[in-house]
Amino acid sequence: MSTPISEDDLHAYADGRLDAAQLTQFETWLAAHPEHRAQVEEWRAQSAALHRAYDRVLDEPLPARLLPPANAPRWIDLRRLATVAWIALGVLIGFALRDQTLPASGKAAQANSLPRQAAIAHAVFVPEVRHPVEVGADQEAHLVAWLSKRLGAPLKAPQLDSAGYKLVGGRLLTGDTGEVAQFMYESAEKKRLTLYVRREAPKAAGTAFRYARENEVDVFYWTDSRFGYALSGSTGREDMLSLGSLVYKQFGS
Amino acid sequence: MSDSRIPPIPAIPDAPPLNHRDAIVAEIPRLRRYARALTGNGDLADDLVQDTLERALGKWRLWQQSRELRPWLFSIMHNLHVDGRRREHRVDFRDTDDLPLPAQRANQQDSLELRDLDRALALLPPDQREVLLLVGLEELSYAEVARALNIPQGTVMSRLSRARIRFKAVLAGEAAPLLKVVSP
Repeated sequence: MSTPISEDDLHAYADGRLDAAQLTQFETWLAAHPEHRAQVEEWRAQSAALHRAYDRVLDEPLPARLLPPANAPRWIDLRRLATVAWIALGVLIGFALRDQTLPASGKAAQANSLPRQAAIAHAVFVPEVRHPVEVGADQEAHLVAWLSKRLGAPLKAPQLDSAGYKLVGGRLLTGDTGEVAQFMYESAEKKRLTLYVRREAPKAAGTAFRYARENEVDVFYWTDSRFGYALSGSTGREDMLSLGSLVYKQFGS
Repeated sequence: MSDSRIPPIPAIPDAPPLNHRDAIVAEIPRLRRYARALTGNGDLADDLVQDTLERALGKWRLWQQSRELRPWLFSIMHNLHVDGRRREHRVDFRDTDDLPLPAQRANQQDSLELRDLDRALALLPPDQREVLLLVGLEELSYAEVARALNIPQGTVMSRLSRARIRFKAVLAGEAAPLLKVVSP
């Protein structure tokens, strides 16, 4: 070869990428350079090993999930069509119902009501084994100070020891009104309660003690001038009533 | 007059396919072989192939404009694989109790050599592994590799050189553990 041999040429030779004219010249040169010959053989051996190991995949029967349907593009179009149809249906229904506005205390208001939100947060964190709370009861002072700071008003973790429930700890959540605090309690039988506390628009008087049942969760809730409170649990309505009263009294003062 | 909306039949060197679906299906074994070597795991490989096929069938009109099907399919797979690697680096927020066991890279049916190669390939940086496999196993030309990976051909050659040096060292049991390099 008239031009100097580069490493790229060696790769091209090993990979069979040289044309016939280059090949003859290259092999003459290579015969005089055994160290490069060994390198080329090593690379070829690598490729051969890859083929020995992975070529079997070529002969395997194809998994059914990899075979596209015979009319793939149409199939995709049908799916798109279905999406468009659903959206159109939604628009039509929405248009048909345009004058039937919900009352202010209707479905939308219920969806983010205090007991609903509390029951959802309860259902999310109560099954948690490893991380039920962000800050444990062993750091109760820090927990209460932190949540008070985030909710913007002094808060406390009620004591339910007299009812057999110990504070596990608490966490900060987000809600429609901003920051929400959740305290978790646990009994010796590993039953859990959560107390959900969120900011409410300031009102002179709060609302009275109320009960709601959301997805198998009993919720007792009330508001005072600053916060909305909701105690959630699944220990039965009577139990929850007495526990709720206990918490209510501790915040009522 | 032919309808100008109908895209031209693609030029495929060997055995012109009847339509794009058949052409793509004919490439599935090659895609599976490459994906199997790239990921070191049969299930992950077929997931990657399935995603590649879905995207290819969804975008086949784009392929009609380019000429060769195989590098195009490998480029789709490359992009999906890079996306998948990025996802792997994200934090998994699931509880450790719920995390699946790490995927087995080889099962008992796999030969010893296959296991050795799986292990050796896993010790190559992904961009070197891709070039080594596309050249050595899939036998793409350097220009096709450059197109599939969307990099200059000079970069293909330098990656190939580094990959072959490292692969040799790894197979000989000489390679130091791979350090994670932050790509620029």
